[in-house]
Amino acid sequence: MDLVLAIFVTLVGAATPILIAALGELVVEKSGVLNLGVEGMMLVGAIAGFAGQFYTGNPYFALLCGAFAGLAVSQIFAFLTLSLSANQTATGLALTIFGTGLSALAGAPFSARPVSLMGPLFPAELASHPLLRVVFGYAAPVYFSVIMVFAIWYFLQRTRAGLILRAVGENDHSAHSIGYPVNAVRYAAVAFGGAMAGVAGACFPLLLTPQWAERMTAGRGWIAVALVVFASWRPFRLLAGAYFFGLVMTMELYAKAGSGPLSSIPSELWAALPYLATIVVLVLISIRRDAFTNAPACLGKPFLPTS
Amino acid sequence: MTLNRRSILKAGAAAAALPLLGSRAFAQGEPLKVGFIYVGTINDNGYNYAHNQGRLYLEEKLGDAVETTYVENVPEGPDCERVLRELAQQGNKLIFATSFGFGDSVIKVAQQFPDVKFEHATGYMKADNVGLYNARFYEGRAVCGTIAGHLSKTGKAGYIGSFPIPEVVMGINSFVLAARKVNPDFTIRPVYISTWNDPAKEADTARAMIDQGIDVIAQHTDGPAALQVAQERGIVGGFGQGADMSEFAPETQLTSIIDHWGPHYAASAQAVIDGTWTAGDTWEGLKEDVVQIGPYGPKVTDEVKAAAEAVRTGQIDGSFHIFTGPIKDNTGVERVPAGQTMTDAELLSMDWYVEGVEQPA
Repeated sequence: MDLVLAIFVTLVGAATPILIAALGELVVEKSGVLNLGVEGMMLVGAIAGFAGQFYTGNPYFALLCGAFAGLAVSQIFAFLTLSLSANQTATGLALTIFGTGLSALAGAPFSARPVSLMGPLFPAELASHPLLRVVFGYAAPVYFSVIMVFAIWYFLQRTRAGLILRAVGENDHSAHSIGYPVNAVRYAAVAFGGAMAGVAGACFPLLLTPQWAERMTAGRGWIAVALVVFASWRPFRLLAGAYFFGLVMTMELYAKAGSGPLSSIPSELWAALPYLATIVVLVLISIRRDAFTNAPACLGKPFLPTS
Repeated sequence: MTLNRRSILKAGAAAAALPLLGSRAFAQGEPLKVGFIYVGTINDNGYNYAHNQGRLYLEEKLGDAVETTYVENVPEGPDCERVLRELAQQGNKLIFATSFGFGDSVIKVAQQFPDVKFEHATGYMKADNVGLYNARFYEGRAVCGTIAGHLSKTGKAGYIGSFPIPEVVMGINSFVLAARKVNPDFTIRPVYISTWNDPAKEADTARAMIDQGIDVIAQHTDGPAALQVAQERGIVGGFGQGADMSEFAPETQLTSIIDHWGPHYAASAQAVIDGTWTAGDTWEGLKEDVVQIGPYGPKVTDEVKAAAEAVRTGQIDGSFHIFTGPIKDNTGVERVPAGQTMTDAELLSMDWYVEGVEQPA
C-alpha cells in the first residue's frame, strides 16, 4: 500500500511539468497557432527559474522568472509567425533550437551550483499520514496545474473571451470579418503558452532535481506537444493523459528497481504502453470521428487578411 | 581558445576555401596545437567536465608549448568526422577524441592525415597514428563498494546505469565484489535508463529505488541528480561520479571517483613535442593518478575510512586486485578460479554479473 502511494507521489511529480506545458500549448493551438517551440521555451524557463531560485531562494519568484522568460521568447515566435507570417512549423523548431542554445549559454555560470527544492505547500502535519500525503504532500505547481485544467476548461467553454479565441482558431477570416482582432488574440494565446511552458521548465530545478543541467527537460516538451493531440484538445483528457504518461514513465522505473511483485511485470511492457495507447486512440478516432477529431480548423495556417 | 561547433564549422569552411594556405608544416618553436572533441557539454558536472579539466591541466603544465582547442556537444555520427577533419586542417597535430562512439570517424580521418596523431578514449581500434587510452574506473568503484558494504544498514544498494556496456557492467561488479567482502549478504539491483544525462529521470529512478528499500546509491550516469535525491530522502548515502559532487549533497556523498585525465594529456603532448609519440594503448588507474578518490563524507567513520584506504593503497601497490578469484556469477557458476586474476581483455568484454547482482529487469 505504501508503495502504491509512493508511486503515485512520484508520478504526479513527473507528470506536472508536462501537464503545465501541454495546457499552455492547448490554448495556443485552440487559437489556431501551432507552436512546436515548447521544448525550447521550457529550457529557457528552466534556467530562468534556476537563476531566480539561486539568487533569491524564493521559489515563487523563481516560478515567475520562468514564466516571464518563457513568455519573452514566445514573443519572438509570435512576431515571426503572426506579424511576418513565417512558417509556424519551421519557426517553432527554430525556437526549440534557439531556446536550447540560449539556456546553455545563460546556464554556463551555474554548473556545479545546487539550489534547494521547493517545499510542500501545506504544513507537514497535514501530510503526516501517507494517505494524506497523496493529497497534501506536494509543492504549489502541482495544485496550480490541476486548478489550471479547470480554469482553462471554464475559460474555453463558458466565457466570451474563450469563445472568441476558439472562433479565431476555427475560422480566422470569419472572426476577422465580424471585427475580432485575430492577431491580437493569437499574440495573447502564444504569450500564455510561453508563460506556461516557462513555469513547466522551472519545475525541473524546483520540483524534480535542484540543479541546472543543459537540456535537462530531455524531450518532455515534445511529449507535451504530442499530448495535446492525444487529448484531442480537451483539458480533462489532457489531465488524464499527462497522469497516464507520468504513471507509465514512473512504473517503468519502479518495475526495474523493484524486487517484489512489481518486477514480475516486464519493464519493456511499461516502456511500450504509451505507443499501445496511441494506437488505441488512433483506432478510436477512426471509429468515432466526431468524438475525437477536435483539431482547430485553422491550426498552423498563417492569417493573411484579404481586406 | 574556445570554439563551439558552429563557429568551427564556419572556420572550417573558410579553411576549405583556401586549401593552399592550410598549415602543413609544423616548425620547431611554434606551439603544438592540440584539439579535443567532447560528446557532451563541459558543464555536465561529470564525464565531459572531467575531460575538459584534463585539457586545462595540459595547458597549465606545458604553458606556451601548447595551444588547445575544444569542440563540445559533438554527436557520435557524421558530424564527428567533419569536426575531426576540420581540427586536423586547422593544424592541430594531436587530437583527443573522448567518446567511445567516435572510433570509426577517428580511424577514417586518421588515414587522411597521417602526420596528425589521434588518441581515442575508451576505444578499441588502433592505427599507426591512432592511440588508445582509458582509465580503470573499476578501481575507484572497489573503494566505493567497500564503504557501501560497511555503511549500508539494509544491505541493499541501487545502481543507476546508462547502458549495459562492459564499462558499466565492470563497475557494477567491482562495487558488489568489494561490498560483499565486507557484508556477504550485500545485494544490488542495477537499473538502466538508456541515457547518459536526463537528470529528472535519474532523480525519479533514485526515488523508485529508495521507496523499495535500498539505502545506498551508486551511479554510472553523468550528473549529480541521484545524490540530490539521496540527500533529500536522508538515506545513508551515494557516490560522486566523474567529479567531486559534494556541493550537491554535502551530508550524503560518501566519496567520489574523480577522472583525472590531465597527466595523460600532458604526457602525450610532451611525447609529440619530443618526437617520441607512438600509438599507445594505456589503461591507467589509481596508481598513475588518472583515477582519484575524492574527499570522504562526514558519515564515513575512521574505521570505514581505514578500510577504504586499505583497498585504495592495495590497488596502488598491486597487492590487491578486485577481480581476483574465486568469483561466481549471479547464477552460481564459478567464472574465475581461486587465486586467478581476470585479464584486461576479459574485463573489457565483461557481459555477466557477479554474485549479489540481481539480474536487471
